[in-house]
Amino acid sequence: MGSAPASPRRAVPWYGRLIQRRSIVIGGLLLLVVMAVAILAPVITPYDPNLVRPEIQFIRPNAVHLFGTDNFGRDLFSRTVYGARNSLIVGSSVVVLSGLLGAAAGLLAGFYRRIDTLLMGVMDSLMAFPGIVLAVAIMAAIGARLENVVVALGVVQIPRVTRVVRSVVLTIVHTQYIEAGRAIGLTDRRILLRHILPNCISPLIVQGTFIFGLAVLGEASLSFLGVGAPPYIPSWGNILGEARVYVRDAPYMMLLPGLALSITVLGLNLVGDGIRDWLDPMSRVRRLEADH
Amino acid sequence: MVLVATAVFLLLRLTPGDPTEVLLGPEATPERAAELRRDLGLDKPIPVQWALWFSHVLQGDLGESIFLRRPVTQAIWERAEPTLMLTLLSLIVAVALGLGLGVLAAVRQGSWADLVAMLVSLAGISMPTFWIGLNLILVFAVILGVLPVAGYKPLSAGVWENVRYLILPAITLGFYDAALLARMTRSMMLGVLKENYVRTARSIGLPERRVVLGHALRNALIPLMTIVGLMFAGLLGGALVTETVFNIPGVGRLLIQAVLRRDYQLVQGIVLVIAGVYVLINLSVDILYGVLDPRISRAKPRAS
Repeated sequence: MGSAPASPRRAVPWYGRLIQRRSIVIGGLLLLVVMAVAILAPVITPYDPNLVRPEIQFIRPNAVHLFGTDNFGRDLFSRTVYGARNSLIVGSSVVVLSGLLGAAAGLLAGFYRRIDTLLMGVMDSLMAFPGIVLAVAIMAAIGARLENVVVALGVVQIPRVTRVVRSVVLTIVHTQYIEAGRAIGLTDRRILLRHILPNCISPLIVQGTFIFGLAVLGEASLSFLGVGAPPYIPSWGNILGEARVYVRDAPYMMLLPGLALSITVLGLNLVGDGIRDWLDPMSRVRRLEADH
Repeated sequence: MVLVATAVFLLLRLTPGDPTEVLLGPEATPERAAELRRDLGLDKPIPVQWALWFSHVLQGDLGESIFLRRPVTQAIWERAEPTLMLTLLSLIVAVALGLGLGVLAAVRQGSWADLVAMLVSLAGISMPTFWIGLNLILVFAVILGVLPVAGYKPLSAGVWENVRYLILPAITLGFYDAALLARMTRSMMLGVLKENYVRTARSIGLPERRVVLGHALRNALIPLMTIVGLMFAGLLGGALVTETVFNIPGVGRLLIQAVLRRDYQLVQGIVLVIAGVYVLINLSVDILYGVLDPRISRAKPRAS
């Protein structure tokens, strides 16, 4: 129904445009701040994030301890800043892991019909679990370590990447230029990597941004539940998990660290939305149709 | 169903941990460990163990929880009510809030209401559930003191009591899906509102309310139904986190406790049951979709 008659154009006020077009800029700025904080963590934190000082526990936010201190007297500002570092490392590792393995599986499944059924069967069975349940089950199996969090969250995301890449491969594998490549005797490897893979890049980037956000949330959730990063690691999930017990008496313990986490994910979602509209012409057309 | 079977197999391969070490403590002698392993059938090769367990599962026997000292099925059954009630209530929250915000945003496209609705939904998909939950506890339970901080009252204690304890968790859990649904409803409605039949309905002078709710929303609803069905399945997983935040004695809480105690039989059983229910819901959504929209059995779904 692409040719619906255009309704009279209404002038879109500035805040209307803000929702639609400024998302990359705003999201990008948020992410830049978070990244800068993560990189500069040792410079801007006044205290060691793991320094336990029982004599100063539960101090409200003040000039010395910007975010206050927790039940062990650790400086929450320092922990939150290092939490940014932790989240970005875990998030990007998950993106790389699921991106590489998922793309490889998707390329092979789409290209070789023989292994398609097998590979997609494995992927479908992975998708038969709610993501967080699968992640918890994997963590139960391989133990609560930070590297394992990356593995668990990566495994959860691999099927999603595989599906996206496979569908791209299936749509182009019979096009003329691929046939032509075969006709002049290019190896499968070369066709896959040089001619098919480039077509998968932009969907991969879009997918990667969203996976980044999901991974940051996932790591925080696992740690919050106590099955993710070990307690000594300043992860936002750990901070919030400890703060949960003290909501009544020390609500500041969860407010600012939680806000930091939300802002990071918000930035990633905004950038993801923006890149999707930018790289995927179809979604832009759909959106234009919907908006005008 | 084939999927669940594959999933079970996968799960078994994923849990190679040694429960004897946990049961006996680190000081246990190797002889004692070997003996226990033999008692639990853990000395057999993996495929044999798998076949044994699988044949039990087919008979509805999920094994015995080592720590709770009772059958896994019974342990899950005892915890099912809170999780089910929480999921249902969250679904209601998600649908009511999501459809409401989405329709509002679509009808008043470009207005401040649209902006607010979209900002709320953007916040909804960015804030972690547990943080939303902690904030709700802080505002409604600690500062205002109108709702309980945490815990659960079963349905047998009265529907009102039950809902009083579940309303904050339900909002917490339902908010993410409400936000997603609001975004999708908005774009669906924007598409449908431009269709010819909507223009016709308007031109014959039907009140705007009827046009929007009776004609436009009804048609946008069909694809949205699938999403709602999938959300129900997803909420089941989300209950894990929410139950922990609010200390609700549900299946999710049980799973986390089982993981922390390394009660592998219980972990396996719960994950299997959750996966089974998840797949069943997804399956029924597919079937329901065909019933609701007879067109897809004859023609492929329209692009809108």
